Amino acid sequence: MSLLRSFLTVRAVREGRAQPAATVRHAHLSAEPLVFIPLRLAGEAAAPLAAMVGTGRADARLLGVANPRSRDQRFTFMAELAEIIVPYIQKYAAQVEISDTKSAYERCLDAPQILVPNPGGLAFIRLIGRSTRFRATEGPHAVAPQVPLLGRWLTFLHERSEFAGSAMLLAMTDLLAEHWVTGLSGPENVNLAGQLAWIDPPDGMTGQDAALIAEDPLRSPPAGPDTDPGFDRHVLKPLIDAPSPARLHEALRGQLEPTWELMWRAVDLLRAVPDADSAEGRWERDRTALARQNTWIAEGGLPPGRWDSAVAAARRLAGLEGAQQSYEASKAFDDPLVMAEHRAEGAAFTGRVITVDADRKIIPPGKKRLVARPLVTIGTSDPVRFAPGKKLLSPARPKQGTVLVSVDADIVTLQINSGMTKDATLPSPGEVVCYTELDPAGGRRPALPDVTETPWTHGGPPPEYVPTDEDAQEAWS
Amino acid sequence: MSRLDAIRGRSLPVDHDARRIAALAANPACDRRAVLDAAGIDKAKTVEHLGFPTRFGQSPFAVSRTQEFRATVKAHGGAHILRLLREVLGLSVEEAGYHDVGDVGADAGHGVRYRHTMAVLKSAAENPADAATLVDHPLLKLGVAGYDVYLEPDVIAFQVDRRFHVVAIKSFAIIDGQADSGKVSAAAREAAVYVHAMRDLFAQLGLDPERVSHDVVLICPKDFMNFPTACLVDVRLQLEALKRQLQRLAKIDTLLDRLPPGLSLDLQLDGETPTRPVPELSAALSSIPARYAPECLSACEMAYFCRDEARACGSLEALGRTVRDDLGGVASLPVAMDLIAGSGVPSAEHAAIAERLGFVRRIFDEVVA
Ligand code: SF4
Repeated sequence: MSLLRSFLTVRAVREGRAQPAATVRHAHLSAEPLVFIPLRLAGEAAAPLAAMVGTGRADARLLGVANPRSRDQRFTFMAELAEIIVPYIQKYAAQVEISDTKSAYERCLDAPQILVPNPGGLAFIRLIGRSTRFRATEGPHAVAPQVPLLGRWLTFLHERSEFAGSAMLLAMTDLLAEHWVTGLSGPENVNLAGQLAWIDPPDGMTGQDAALIAEDPLRSPPAGPDTDPGFDRHVLKPLIDAPSPARLHEALRGQLEPTWELMWRAVDLLRAVPDADSAEGRWERDRTALARQNTWIAEGGLPPGRWDSAVAAARRLAGLEGAQQSYEASKAFDDPLVMAEHRAEGAAFTGRVITVDADRKIIPPGKKRLVARPLVTIGTSDPVRFAPGKKLLSPARPKQGTVLVSVDADIVTLQINSGMTKDATLPSPGEVVCYTELDPAGGRRPALPDVTETPWTHGGPPPEYVPTDEDAQEAWS
Repeated sequence: MSRLDAIRGRSLPVDHDARRIAALAANPACDRRAVLDAAGIDKAKTVEHLGFPTRFGQSPFAVSRTQEFRATVKAHGGAHILRLLREVLGLSVEEAGYHDVGDVGADAGHGVRYRHTMAVLKSAAENPADAATLVDHPLLKLGVAGYDVYLEPDVIAFQVDRRFHVVAIKSFAIIDGQADSGKVSAAAREAAVYVHAMRDLFAQLGLDPERVSHDVVLICPKDFMNFPTACLVDVRLQLEALKRQLQRLAKIDTLLDRLPPGLSLDLQLDGETPTRPVPELSAALSSIPARYAPECLSACEMAYFCRDEARACGSLEALGRTVRDDLGGVASLPVAMDLIAGSGVPSAEHAAIAERLGFVRRIFDEVVA
């Protein structure tokens, strides 16, 4: 955690409610998100037990498996789930436009957004994707055609979700933690009910008191995918041993409905926060990825294999790191409260411009011609820990490259190096400015060889993945 | 050891299983846990009597899944086990002798079964180098705080080439070569207890303890099937942590010396029902220093009691170690609240963090206002 977040944790306890960690919402929020709350049978890796799913508070669909041990019933469940999720995704995937950029590319007009309660829900989506994407739709153990498609789309969404800033599949507790700091410790903060108790406590109650109540599995059943062992023992097991579909259905509804309400309450809370400036740009990347994946599936491309090759894995890791860095930086550029977090860590400072030498010209080392290199002095009371030569950017003029010349007590001198186009402005005396080492355009991908040029030290070029009958008929027992 | 018995009172000591012993290492700095465990106190019963939940229940589905999977693995004289051992240990053994030490009869006393285990392991150890042996349900013994604790591991000891491996069977899946890391490390901690106990036993038999490998064979279901797969897990780190904790428990006397004389945690059971007045029991527990941190929630039955107490006495660590560390090691929540609010004059030792927090407060107010 950062010092600011620790500060806010203590402040939350002091004030009796969660503290804002952002002034804007950094994730795009769809007008029609699909809330998906899966439950699985305890002791099994990916045996679905039930799910509540739908695109509106009043539009909850409850899916359940009467006998979670039955392989056929699992695939019936998956087929039902596919009937809901696949059309929801395809509706967005089907509508494309061509970008008006220099090299034109396809992107969807909008994209799906699936919201699950917590990181456990994300991991379960990955497993659903893994367990269904290879299934054959004919021959022995055939499944409904939508099932492998569900697997492919969920696999795609899960892979995207690992890139910071992607918003097509999100865990609500992560999203809330990004925007509010509660008085809960880390391990307790993945409890959706507890988190909301701090963010939006009932009248006359502190977050602490409300969270104590929310912790009781009888009042707030776990948000999945794992169920409450007490529920398993006292309710679920008798209903599976002596089947009573109607009562089972009601029991499952009772476990899911409280979380359903919480999810939509969280959506409302997030909606009330204004969009961050760069959220649309990130959503556009999601829309582009969606169009690409849709074309890939439509043209008969294969589902991703079970394992990444060494180069693909390295490439992916580098991509994840880059996305994380540029997401962090963009957030700070959009949101002074996030920037404050970096200021507290010494990665940024804010101050007031004292002087601007706009006409300064120098001959840069190794060059012959005079060029404009304005100098700006800034008075600040932030501790500045940058060394001369450090490249800095400002959210107010993100295109203007600057370099730190000197720090003298509380006076910082910067030289502006680039981005002085005709309509660009220079900082002016009296203006409050912020400079940081963060760079939203940073985090570029390092050069990695193409997959076909995998060095022999990494096993040479991997054979192309071809689905096998074994994959397609993998037993589910 | 009569002091520990006196603390426990009239209740019988609870049996330790490897899980409990493994969990000892989870919060090594906590005296309370050390005393409760050394005295064999039933923590779950205690904390429930105090009116707090334990939340350590296991789903009946998880329990039966585990049993089913174990049965599959052990079917046909351990054919799967042998296949997997060949794979992960790179062996060429075709067959192995199979001894089920549990066969002595469940009603045989621990002592009898332990001696039987010793005899079987000894003869396996003295086997010619090429004969492989599987020893199922070995009964092991461990010294915990001066007590002999018997462990009934559902593991198998496998001997070949003069080396022994502990084989643990778990029912969480390894999917495409990956398993839940939390579950793997829990399994590793548990298996380390068995390795440790087996090495102890070897030492007693005058054999080289190092013949028990620190590489444990973990057998789990593969992907979404009921089909077993296996991997090797190195438990050296877990062994070190366990050893430290056991050494600490062995010196429990110094810990007991610091406790109030006459301390009793007796539940005063009437049949199965505790009758000890709650405030009395609660005060008695509170007289043993604890070290609550949020990690306790998943490691110790006492967690909700200790959390309540930690909150009531304003522990900053109850919010997590990172918060405490970020705030320069301040221990008290009220002090931390003063520091973040800038109220009062910070003590000299807090001057530096007070200044940093003052800066954070200023920029936070500046942005949020
Ligand atoms: S819950 Fe309490 S007794 Fe258990 S380890 Fe934590 S502080 Fe110690």
